[in-house]
Amino acid sequence: MTLDFIVLALLTIITAATPLVFAAMGELITEKSGVLNLGVEGMMLTGAVTGFASVFFFESAIVACIAAMLAGTLTALLFAFLVLTLQASQVATGLALTIFGVGLSALLGQNMVGIAYEGLPTLSIPYLTELPIVGKLLFGQDFLVYLSLALPFLVAWFLYRTRAGLILRAVGDSHDAAHAIGYPVIRIRYCATLFGGAMAGLAGAYLSLVYSPMWVENMTAGRGWIALALVVFATWRPWRLFLGAYLFGGITILQLHAQAVGINIASQFMSMLPYVITIVVLVLISRDRNKIKLNAPACIGKPFHPAA
Amino acid sequence: MIRLERRSELSRAMTYLSPVLALVLTLLAGIALFSAMGVSPSAALYTFFVEPVTTVYGLTELGVKATPLILIGVALSIGFRCNVWNIGAEGQLTLGAIFGSAVALYFYEVEGFWLLPLMLVAGIIGGMAWAAIPALLRTRFNSSEILTSLMLTYVATLLLSYLVHGPFRDPDGYNFPESRIFHDSAILPIIFDGSRLHLGFALALLVVVAGWILISRSLIGFQLRVMGNAPAAGNYAGFSQKAMIWLSLMLGGGAAGLAGVIEVSGPIGQLLPQISPGYGFTAIIVAFVGRLHPVGVLFAGLLMALSYLGGENAQINLNLPLAVTGVFQGMLLFLLLACDVLIHYRIRFGKRSAIS
Repeated sequence: MTLDFIVLALLTIITAATPLVFAAMGELITEKSGVLNLGVEGMMLTGAVTGFASVFFFESAIVACIAAMLAGTLTALLFAFLVLTLQASQVATGLALTIFGVGLSALLGQNMVGIAYEGLPTLSIPYLTELPIVGKLLFGQDFLVYLSLALPFLVAWFLYRTRAGLILRAVGDSHDAAHAIGYPVIRIRYCATLFGGAMAGLAGAYLSLVYSPMWVENMTAGRGWIALALVVFATWRPWRLFLGAYLFGGITILQLHAQAVGINIASQFMSMLPYVITIVVLVLISRDRNKIKLNAPACIGKPFHPAA
Repeated sequence: MIRLERRSELSRAMTYLSPVLALVLTLLAGIALFSAMGVSPSAALYTFFVEPVTTVYGLTELGVKATPLILIGVALSIGFRCNVWNIGAEGQLTLGAIFGSAVALYFYEVEGFWLLPLMLVAGIIGGMAWAAIPALLRTRFNSSEILTSLMLTYVATLLLSYLVHGPFRDPDGYNFPESRIFHDSAILPIIFDGSRLHLGFALALLVVVAGWILISRSLIGFQLRVMGNAPAAGNYAGFSQKAMIWLSLMLGGGAAGLAGVIEVSGPIGQLLPQISPGYGFTAIIVAFVGRLHPVGVLFAGLLMALSYLGGENAQINLNLPLAVTGVFQGMLLFLLLACDVLIHYRIRFGKRSAIS
């Protein structure tokens, strides 16, 4: 293995991990507030198609990312209205959101299939970016990658070092107690769910603007579901989540570079890897019931209807 | 302000009215959608929901499309009743198609009346085997069957792709990723001359009856309902949660596998890289719209089949994208879940009254 190959592999890992960091970190916040949103896949797809359309319409990468986040937020709002205001089943509504997102994004994106985009602009600092090996890795990424690197710091700080984070966790662990103290449970859950939607939208935009970069129907290929599994894998902790996302990024390079290193297996079996490994890590973590019980938000998935 | 007021008991009327209300709202949303796309709403709705069933052939096609939806919907609704969320029916369908096709291709040189039943059994076994994985992982390792069954759907699709590109590929097929075309013994008989309506539709109707008996006339059905509505009471009565999980997933997997083998030995007639336009996912909507009841599922299955036919018809006649079908299906489920709030709650507008 040459040094060039290692750098190339690391770059691939970063590109594969970044959308997972966004989507899973958003879902982590949502779940910490006690809401289980299974619609990540649908929100990502909506974000992906919106981001891709916006980058041509507004001719600005940043505006496109904001538009994708707004689209994700809007779909999350639909979900939140159903489960928080109308008390619908979170599991069923999440599934509905995914089915709806798949259909809606395919409809919106029908005229965009086959168009290519040059990708987000990358950072370029004179001398630093030209450094051998580390230059491209550290100083030559696009702004979304740097944002995703900051995200675990921000989320960990928010959850464990701020009052708002404490309240969010309280709402997720015991909505009745939080309500009794006087915190607006439903409003807090709305905010957490909308944040999850915005992050999923951004994750989608990363896929259509950087990873591919183009629009293909159903292009998330289960990444929304992998993000959901990552949250469980991370036992709802931001740093473990970040590591998990990079672990999955690592699996992708196996997939892409297996041929290059001389592994001769049918490509379909290599493509199965992320899904199979998701199942394996899920089993390894959930096997320990106590671990899940200790870390999972106690009220996850439960509807809240104030008694008074 | 919208406010929800809990009903003292569930509204039975609303249980049945809610799907109708949701359908009306979906049609209204459809009118808005078509107007936004610059198509005349009345023409579009006619093309979508009426025209496909104005001919006898159209009605038989409705049966063809509804067959897998009804089969899977009946089984899924049994699982959903006790909160077992098998959302990987699409993968189980794929495995059923693979197993059934394996039998058909293995006996390619042999004809016989026994071949078709053997294929159907193989398909059921294939679907069950695939569903056994999430069942085992849930009961043994406590892993969410939602995530595992869905992940396995992607694995199944890739497995199918490998097989039609490799071992199952037609040796005389100029390298196209398709299996040999099944011979007559491996094709389901047509039950209505001049159409594609096959024996599978009759099987689906039988499954509806079997599902109805299971749910309303058997101890297992009672246990399923208790475990779904009051798990604590179920545990106290000694009903086994694990048994319910296994039963739900085996029924779901078996039915989806059967649907898969019926697709390849019915309307398709060979194994292709893509054998289903998402029947396994649409069946989730069918189960909910059908109120988790076999007879309801029958009607919901026909309705969803109409959305497939309508989508194809609108694509041909109005040049609308096929994706409209998916949007309609998603909207219907969304609106249904929203309308279902009326089963448990009354909606009150305005400020909270003094007496409440």
